[in-house]
Formats: sequence, structure tokens, C-alpha cells
Amino acid sequence: MNERIDVKKTLKLYINGAFVRSESGRSYEVKTSTGEFYANAALGSRKDVRDAVKAARDAQESWQQLTAYNRGQILYRLAELCETRRHQLETELSEIEGLSPANAKREIDTAIDRLVWYAGWADKISSVYGGHNQVAAPFFNFSVIEPTGVIGIVSESSSSFLSLISQVAPAITTGNTAVVIASQLNPVSAITFAEIAATSDVPAGVVNIVTGDYHELASWIAEHLDVDGIDLTGIREPEITKKLSQLASVNVKRVLSHHIGNTNYANEPSRMKFWTETKTVWHPIGS
Amino acid sequence: MDLHDYAAATESTNIVTIQSRYGLYIDGEFCEPASKKYFDTINPATEDVLSQIADANENDVDRAVKAASRAFPAWASLPGSERAKYLYRIARILQERAREFAVLETMNNGKPIRETRDFDIPISVAHFFYHAGWADKLEYAGYGSHPQPLGVVGQIIPWNFPMMMLAWKIAPALACGNTVVLKPAETTPLSALLFADVLEQAGLPPGVVNIITGAGSTGSALVEHPDVAKIAFTGSTNVGKSIMQSLAGTAKRLTLELGGKGANIIFDDAPIDQAIEGIVNGIYFNQGHVCCAGSRLLVQENIVDEVLIRLQTRMSTLRIGNPLDKNTDIGAINSRAQLTRIQELVNAGVSEGAEIWKCTSELPIKGFWFAPSYFTNVTDAHRIVREEIFGPVLTIQTFRTPKEAVEKANNTPYGLSAGIWSEKTSKIHFMATHLKAGVVWANTFNKFDPASPFGGYRESGFGREGGRTGLGAYLKEVAS
Repeated sequence: MNERIDVKKTLKLYINGAFVRSESGRSYEVKTSTGEFYANAALGSRKDVRDAVKAARDAQESWQQLTAYNRGQILYRLAELCETRRHQLETELSEIEGLSPANAKREIDTAIDRLVWYAGWADKISSVYGGHNQVAAPFFNFSVIEPTGVIGIVSESSSSFLSLISQVAPAITTGNTAVVIASQLNPVSAITFAEIAATSDVPAGVVNIVTGDYHELASWIAEHLDVDGIDLTGIREPEITKKLSQLASVNVKRVLSHHIGNTNYANEPSRMKFWTETKTVWHPIGS
Repeated sequence: MDLHDYAAATESTNIVTIQSRYGLYIDGEFCEPASKKYFDTINPATEDVLSQIADANENDVDRAVKAASRAFPAWASLPGSERAKYLYRIARILQERAREFAVLETMNNGKPIRETRDFDIPISVAHFFYHAGWADKLEYAGYGSHPQPLGVVGQIIPWNFPMMMLAWKIAPALACGNTVVLKPAETTPLSALLFADVLEQAGLPPGVVNIITGAGSTGSALVEHPDVAKIAFTGSTNVGKSIMQSLAGTAKRLTLELGGKGANIIFDDAPIDQAIEGIVNGIYFNQGHVCCAGSRLLVQENIVDEVLIRLQTRMSTLRIGNPLDKNTDIGAINSRAQLTRIQELVNAGVSEGAEIWKCTSELPIKGFWFAPSYFTNVTDAHRIVREEIFGPVLTIQTFRTPKEAVEKANNTPYGLSAGIWSEKTSKIHFMATHLKAGVVWANTFNKFDPASPFGGYRESGFGREGGRTGLGAYLKEVAS
């Protein structure tokens, strides 16, 4: 008897709910932590980023207009499907990224629990951070919390899955859509997350994942006029953060970087608040 | 001949004493600028020189920031209840001297005394009173159980509401325990310099608030000073973008309140008399020098003829002229530069084929004036529809359905304000939900309050001023 030959997976981009190859036709080798060939991943291009931004923009308004209860359930559904795929995720973290099995388990536990934590925020954030304003005139005045729009996210290489969840969940919980540049070194768990998103009622375009080199791709996001905010906390090179922040001024993007504020990945609301806008509505009181 | 003839009722300027020259207010005293340079500040309604103002250079900015740094530890560690008392004192002194501030503001800015007296100064007072009450309650404000001040904050404010902008910036900064270096606008420094006298009367410790005057280069030096922890800027979107670029990659925090091109949307079921008042208030208040002005009127197509007739009738009663006259509705344009900018855009509107209607009132000969105007026959592509004019110039477009109104209203890179006029509540909520704007006025316009967060979406900036939300601009959230 011959030994059975594995069926290997092609690593593709995830744009507008579909798994596609890079329009550039480029790919790069993904290696395990011990330097062995694992697979070829798509080396995303400017056109891929633009396609992803278009998908995110087109999906944003309807994602925002879903009831917060519904968005919360979809976030919870993501957690459910991560749980059923946890063996795959743990294996990827340990066999490809080189985490110890115990560390891989802990990362996945934390990531799944974090998704559950955010799921519960969807229908509470506007009550906690918005509310009635007591103005000194006969007006009913209230503030609501709304999403900023389309958020570009540059992922980290270390703890790829936990950081991915920690960056994406606070953006989408409130109704933003996301274009993610996955870790170039460790893109596999991001692609697994795309497969989870694709099967968990997350509408097409809400999360888009491009693999490739962020040195090349991030500037296209930073200067894109249809992107409203950019998360640079996955970047460790100060010069690149600075250059991207400068590009982001073109349309007054909200820029989250290591320099500014609390960028921890903990279960606390500062990241979620960062990707929101306060809208205040006045109406006269009269009879 | 005027439709309504009034006798002039001119506010006396005797209440105001303007010195012939002002230095910089640093570390609790006025001092000569290291630059030794001064520039004239004028009354834009008469072009008379009112005083000479110090032009702060980099060394002056450095002295001011150092004074604020020295004052910071003691101010930040003062119990909130004590900081509150200073803010309450400032509020009370401003109330006591309200008329003096109103007259001075009108003289230096050109806006009508009716507005400075009834709006600018009372709301400035209210900001200090409101934020005084926060100073000892910050742990309940939703920024963690031990929120901390940021340090020295640099604040750069515009000329359209000089005193109100000062209050919006200084009151929350002090309540949260920061110290301040504030730069008022080049053309309107006088009320900020008089405010230094209020600080003296309130006994505020030296260096907690420093006021430096100058033009753009003074502002740049403040933005780039390494010891400034945060910049709060209100002004044009272009300057806001350049500040973003200077601060890129630094640890300095930033909030920006920038330009706007607000849509004021009139449905056919609107309370029409109120809506006409709302249109006028939306664009002609403060000569249209308002970032959140309702500068794009969107009228439901079936009532546009009626709205235009009523609007012309109402505009014909606007009284334009001496800002110190208590009858005056429309004062002077703040500067020759701004008048030139308005004229350039209006000329662009005419040459692009739009039709202009102007108030026919006679304008004073001296000073800077522009008659309230509106344009019809415009499209989304016209420069006057896309660019902020920051003057008393309205564009008028029509729509058929609420969805079309939303699309037109949101078709701008800005997102500061919007107005909705309808008696149908569900429609108001539909519109308010879909408009991309930080402030939505329904059946009202241009209302402000210290308890009400103000600020924009998109290229109108980020961060909010006012309310619980506004405190976030001046606090570090520290997890306990």
C-alpha cells in the first residue's frame, strides 16, 4: 500500500466574501518556524487592496444599520465557529508559528473569549458612552455612538491569531468594516479566520483579508480616500508608522498607533471607542 | 429705503479700556516678546487700529511652554474640588464683566453686539461653570477610575468665536488638571488678552494658563514644541491636515475641529416659518463665519418656489452695518483676507453658471462687508457647493425623496453638522440616523451648549468638545 498523499490548501485572499488569488498573480512562500516550506500565499497588490476597500465601503452602511442585537449575535457566532475549529487553529499556531501547545491553547482560549466579550458590547456601547445631554434650553438633546466607517488594520506577526481578533473585533462590533493586512510571516491563522467569517453570517465585505507585504500594501490603505481610520499598532518600525500617519492626513483618518493612548489588547473598551464617532441630535421641546 | 426704519441704538465703548500695546501673558504676567515685534489689530467694521499685539517667536513659545510645565505638577495634584473653585471664580468674574467682553469682542471681531452679548459671552461663562463641576467628578466620567491629565496642552483657536473658542478649550483642559498655552487667532487677540485679567482676578496660579499671540508660525512652534503633550486645534481643514503631518509618529495627542459644509434640509411638511428662520440662522448667523453653518440648503422640490419667496422677504429685513448697533443683524467680515476669499468663491460660482441673489442693503464704505447672498442653479460639482466659503453665502439645491436628501447631504468630505426640518418624527429619525454629521439639528439650527458634545465626522476633524465625551480630549485613561 502506498502512503496517502495529503490534500494541501491554497492560501488565498478573502475579499467581499470570496476567496480569490491576487490579481497580480504573485505569491510568496510561507514557512514554518523551523524553516520548512508550508504553502504559497497570495502576495497581495495595490489592486487587491483597492478591491478590498471597495468591498468594505459597499458593505459598511448595511452592516451599521443591522440591529446591534443582530451584530452581537454574529460576533457570538464567530466565537462559536472558532471554538469548533480550535483544534485546527491550535495546530497552526504550534506547528507553523512554533508556539508550545500550551501557549497555543491559551491564545485560542483568550481569542475566543474576547470575541464573546465584544459580542456583548454591540448593543450596549451607545448607552454607556452616549446618552442624554442636559442643555440649558428647551431641547431634547442626545448623543449616539456610531462607527467611524472603513478601518484599515495592519496585523502583527507575534501571536497572529489573538492580535488579529483583538484588532478586528473592536472595529466591527460597532458597525465598522475592516480591511486587514495579515501578518506576512504568519498569515495562515488569518486565512483560517477568513474561512470562519465566511461561514458565520458575517456579511460579505465586513471583514476583508489581504496577505502580503505591509511595507508595500499599507501605504495604499493609508492614502485611500474611502478608508476612515487605520490601525498601525501591528507595526514596530517607528519610521513606517510616521510615514503612514502622514499619508493618513489626506482625509483626516483616525490613526491608532503605539504612540497614542492605550493600545492594549485587553478586554477593555478603549479600542472599540477609538473607532466610533459621537453624533449629537437636538430637537425642540414644545407643545 | 429700509423696510423698517430704526433709530440707531449704539452700544457705548466706554466700558472697554484697550491698551495701546499688549505683550505676551506668560507665567502670570505680561512680558515683552523676545521677537521685539508687534503687529496691529484692527476693528474690521472701521479698519481703525485698536492696539499693537506681540508677535511670539519660537523662544517666546518655549518660555510659555516651560512656564506651563513648571505649573503642571502642582495644578494636576490640586484636589479636583479646589480646581473647580478656580473655574467657578472665572465663570463668575466673566459674568460680572460680560458687557465689557461683549463690546470688546464686537470691536475686534466685527460681529453684532446682539450676538456677543446674547450668545458668545454667556456661552463662554456656561462652559466654565459646566466644567467646574466636572473637576472633582472625573472618576465618574467613564475614563477609568483614575483618569489622569495629559500635561501641557497647546491650544490654537480661530477668529470666528474668539472668546467662546477660548472657553471651549481652556475650561475642560483646566478641569482635567492640565496646564495651557493658548494662541488666539491673529486677527482677534483682544478678548483673550483681557481674559488674562480675569485670571489675575481669580488668583489662578502663574503658568497654569499662558496666552501667546502671533500668526501661523507661532502656532507651528507650539505644535512642534517637544514638551507639549497635546494639541487642540480649531480652524481650517488644510491647517488641520498639516498639523496631523507634523505630529505623525510622535506621542502627542491631537483633537481637530475643522471645516464643514453642512446641509440644511427642508421637507415639504416642515414648519415653514420656523424653517425660514432656521435657514437664516443657519447661514447668516455670525456673517456665516461658522464651521457648522448650514451652507448647503436642500429643499424638497415641490416647495422650493415658496421657500425662495419667503426667504427673500425675510432676508430683505436683515439689517447690515455697525456691529455695535443693537439693531444690527449682520456685522462686518472679520478681515480683508477673508473678504477676498469669499469674493473669489462667489465669482467662481457666477462663472460656473450659478445664479446669485443678494440683499440690496447699502453697505458701509469703510471696513469689510459682504451682503447676505444665495445661489440657485447649482449642482454638487460647483466649487461653491464643495468648498467651505465661511461667509454669508448659501447654495440652494432641491431633492425629491428622503433618500436623495441623504445622498446629497453626505456628498461632501466634511461631516460636521446637518439640519432637518419636518413635522414628521419618524422621518427626522430616519434622516438623523443616516446623515454623516457630528451634530444634527432637527427643527432648529446652530444651537450650542457646554453639555452637548460638538465635533465632526470625516474631514471635519476628530474628538469632541463639550459634554462628558469632551473630557476625553484632556484625560489619560489609566486602568486601576
